[in-house]
Amino acid sequence: MTHLDSELKQLRIDLLDMFELVLSQLDKSKEALVNLDKDLAREVLVNEKRVNSFELQIDRDCENIIALFNPVAVDLRFLLAVLKINSNLERVGDIAESVCQFVMNFKLEPEKKLLEASRLLEMFDVSKEILKTVKDAFELEDTKLARSVFTQDETLDEININAHTIIADYILNNNDRINQSLYTLSMIRKLERVGDQCKNIAEEIIFYIEAKVLKHKSFQQKQETK
Amino acid sequence: MRFVDTLAKSTKQIKHQNMFKIESKDVHLHYGAFHALKGINMSIEKNTVTALIGPSGCGKSTFLRLFNRMNDLIDDVRIEGKCLIDGKDIYSKEVKIDDLRKRVGMVFQKPNPFPKTIFENVAYGLRVNGISHKSFIEERVERSLKQAALWDEVKDKLKKSAMALSGGQQQRLCIARALAIEPSVLLMDEPASALDPISTAKIEELIYELKNDFTIIIVTHNMQQAGRISDTTAFFYLGELVEVDSTKKIFTNPNDTRTQNYITGRFG
Repeated sequence: MTHLDSELKQLRIDLLDMFELVLSQLDKSKEALVNLDKDLAREVLVNEKRVNSFELQIDRDCENIIALFNPVAVDLRFLLAVLKINSNLERVGDIAESVCQFVMNFKLEPEKKLLEASRLLEMFDVSKEILKTVKDAFELEDTKLARSVFTQDETLDEININAHTIIADYILNNNDRINQSLYTLSMIRKLERVGDQCKNIAEEIIFYIEAKVLKHKSFQQKQETK
Repeated sequence: MRFVDTLAKSTKQIKHQNMFKIESKDVHLHYGAFHALKGINMSIEKNTVTALIGPSGCGKSTFLRLFNRMNDLIDDVRIEGKCLIDGKDIYSKEVKIDDLRKRVGMVFQKPNPFPKTIFENVAYGLRVNGISHKSFIEERVERSLKQAALWDEVKDKLKKSAMALSGGQQQRLCIARALAIEPSVLLMDEPASALDPISTAKIEELIYELKNDFTIIIVTHNMQQAGRISDTTAFFYLGELVEVDSTKKIFTNPNDTRTQNYITGRFG
């Protein structure tokens, strides 16, 4: 194994750790919300600093490898992809942090009826599933798996589109829960962004492995580039 | 054949001739029993820089030397196929080697100035070609030194020995010497491999400028250099031309696994 190979291998390991950390942040933020567990929410807020410093470390490692090894072709595409995936993961971490800030502001336990009607918990599960899918796609270098994310994301989009009407109806019938309803709508908006970040990550995985650029292409066009 | 078809055909031929300065068609070269080049087909556009890359012994320097017939000097060499410059076969009987080398200049790995003055080094090619008009020679020497980005550094010491120049200056002097006879093609065999980074940067900058007037082929072992200065890159391996494409394509997404392994340093 060349020196460059070992550096790239370590970078891959670090990015997978970053995936794990962000997945765990998302998972804990859901638990904190469902159980109104403010201690767990505080843990997520503290861990967010780890996510940020991990992002900086991976950025710095990429910069060093580019400067010292002048990588080309697949190595260069890998590094460019890692830089962007890293940034997308950090934003998913920010979303978990925002959810926990809402939890810290909650005075009452979230209403089960509201959670069910808005499909917020389903949204959490789909977000985690999509994030897990792109992590596996990156680890296994599986572009087919990466492409499956484009379909999975449609569920999040659908929940997000319907949320506005559902939450408005809920507020009409539950005047005492206006704040919580608005927080719920905000969380739905944020979780929808997790899907977008994961789509970006999937595009970067495909760019790195197949050298195809899917950015700014429609769903149809993305399917056609197989 | 209808008139319009004939016209279209001849227009196509003219376009083709104008587009490609240099072409090799199914070129095979043998050094005795050793098959050094295996059916090389390549077309090189005018006013471009083409980098030839590949491991040692892959045939890239041999391919470069085809175009000023330097390989003719080697015993037991056998060449098949066609090498064209401006659409004419340079190995045909009508072509005189002296005339060819006026059109095709060459710069080597190590600077090789003559033990003469700076001025006489550049004027040498003109004098051996029978030019003796003093002001013409002076004008051409100045222009060549300017083209080689050396004039400002040597204009006050033209009568001094070329051997006193630094390695980078000597190499630029050799480029000026090649330019003095006004070639249209410049062949460079690792022209910066023996130079420090600053001299290398000057040579690279110079190559970038020179492509406006010349068609340049350069052999280099430095991948970053190939990336920085060339428009097209050709990868040779074991006497075969594995892949030729735009430099951007070769260094971001080469088609052949062997090219990818070579440029990423995973060869063998």
